[in-house]
Amino acid sequence: MSSTRRDLFKGLAAAATISILPTAAEARERKSAPSDAVGLLYDTTLCVGCKACVVACKEANGMAPDVDGYGGGLYDAPEGLNEYTRNVIQLYRDDEETSFVKKQCMHCVDPACVGACMLGAMHKGAFGVVSYDASKCVGCRYCETVCPFNVPKFEWAKKAPKIVKCELCRDRLAEGKQPACTEVCPRGAVIYGKYTDLLAEAHHRLEAAPNKYVPKVYGERELGGTQVLYLSHVPFESLGFRFSDEQAVPHVQQTVQHGVYQGFAAPVALYALLGAVMFRNRGRDES
Amino acid sequence: MSRSYKILLGLGALGIALIIWRFFAGLGASTALSDGYPLGLWIALDVVTGTALACGGYAVALLVYIFNRGKYHPLVRPAILTSALGYTMAGLSVAIDLGRPWNMWKIPLFIGDWNLNSALLEVALFIMAYVVVLWIELTPALLPPSRLTRILDRALIWIIALGMLLPTMHQSSLGSLMLLAGPKLHPLWNTPLLPLLFLITCLAMGYAMVVFESFFSGRPLSPMLANLQKIAIGIGIAFVALRVADLAWRGHLGLAMQLDLYGIVFWIETLLWLAPVLLLSRSLFLAAMCIALAGALYRFDTYLVGFQPGPGWHYFPSVSEMFISIGLIAIEIAAYIALIKRFPILAGSRSHT
Repeated sequence: MSSTRRDLFKGLAAAATISILPTAAEARERKSAPSDAVGLLYDTTLCVGCKACVVACKEANGMAPDVDGYGGGLYDAPEGLNEYTRNVIQLYRDDEETSFVKKQCMHCVDPACVGACMLGAMHKGAFGVVSYDASKCVGCRYCETVCPFNVPKFEWAKKAPKIVKCELCRDRLAEGKQPACTEVCPRGAVIYGKYTDLLAEAHHRLEAAPNKYVPKVYGERELGGTQVLYLSHVPFESLGFRFSDEQAVPHVQQTVQHGVYQGFAAPVALYALLGAVMFRNRGRDES
Repeated sequence: MSRSYKILLGLGALGIALIIWRFFAGLGASTALSDGYPLGLWIALDVVTGTALACGGYAVALLVYIFNRGKYHPLVRPAILTSALGYTMAGLSVAIDLGRPWNMWKIPLFIGDWNLNSALLEVALFIMAYVVVLWIELTPALLPPSRLTRILDRALIWIIALGMLLPTMHQSSLGSLMLLAGPKLHPLWNTPLLPLLFLITCLAMGYAMVVFESFFSGRPLSPMLANLQKIAIGIGIAFVALRVADLAWRGHLGLAMQLDLYGIVFWIETLLWLAPVLLLSRSLFLAAMCIALAGALYRFDTYLVGFQPGPGWHYFPSVSEMFISIGLIAIEIAAYIALIKRFPILAGSRSHT
């Protein structure tokens, strides 16, 4: 019996070794945006809070009005992203500063929601747009749980609910048009373009007027990078961006998971080990 | 029928009625879930905690078949039955919780769409597979001998091996699931060791539940159960040591010393793990209950208390959420009682080893 246990411990030790070593050795590489990536650049210093983009977004996506917000049921006035609202303008105000901020999907370069989704209902589609396919969605809401920006929303009131989020008007993009929000913005506070062009433009603005902005393009590095970029005159935390770590959210989980599974070799080895030990134990009992 | 059995059936009937209502009313009306807390009681309690409490079959099988402790063999069948019922109920809870359950069948069949990075896919597939394996493991007890049972009997060693492999994988992956919540999970719970910590807790909880249950199934208390409880306590101590070392290594031990909600629940968890050391000689029952609660609370906290979706979001389960969970647990207990009366579960079984 003791030798069987020794075998087991050896096996477990081997399993532990293969699960831990590659974790350190093969740290997952940082992803970069796809070559055809497009995105948005939003600039708080230009936005006047007219909400034309909110209206245009609702029209373009055929969204029902949200009358639960301001105005006692009279107005379509969402307070934040929700099942009726893929894009919203919010106001930040304290004693000294005021700023508007536009919220929609950030279209992460390495999105947590895509890493979470079982059948790829949430996936990186054309132009790097984080896209949703309801036919593959079971409504588990794991994408909502893991999104660091709390972007995906669930149609709680419906009996056949879907996930609702900004998909950068991907049907309009396919027709060669730009997203509805950028098309109507009267101040160019939010602009659409190729991801690399937007990044260059953001840095250009920072250099041209360094006193105007917090010296950072939010989304360039944050959480693995996002295809929606922000320039701001108030700290990004004030605008509701809680996290500034540069590591993509899926990094740790996928490093650990791939380290343990070894492309499924580890489970197969463990299965063989379990079977072998049982087989041997049985032989021992019979003799 | 005893009065307590009638109460169980009543709670079960209420649960089923509420489940039917949930499908007509939708998740928004029947639950307190929100976009901030999209996972609630059904996932954190029935699935994440419930399956771990149902790990008795896994834990005892490891002891009997791998560590070759044949004397524990009489405990295997009742433990496997608890596991089969627990996992079946967890699967049912998922179906109730899903917003689009009619797409569920696509998970095992749409192989080309499988996202191999998704820990949830793995959990879903391997929990489904494990439910099947558990019921197959029970067939010798449930079915009269026939050609089918003879074929199964011959393959049983590989089925039992699968019955140990699958929980090893999906119980650890239940930990990996919350690793993807990343910055939204409080550092007292968020560690790359989550999969290992989840695996350890399900083993301790599995042994503790076998002890705990024996008080209700009327089996005479044996030194065997005391030994199982000692194993559970040992695993619990190892868990606490690993967790504290990991917190120290990551430099978050200070968070455990803060007297906020998170620090306090951390200490409640830790004390529940360690209290059985003192309780063992006095009450096996209480010691087992502490371990089961400690593991349950750790898992619950990882999914709900330690989960920080941001300012403005709150969650407390709705009455119907609670009574659906209670109803499912009542059905599980009622089914267990009915099955052990009808089938040779407690009497032990032919040795397969």
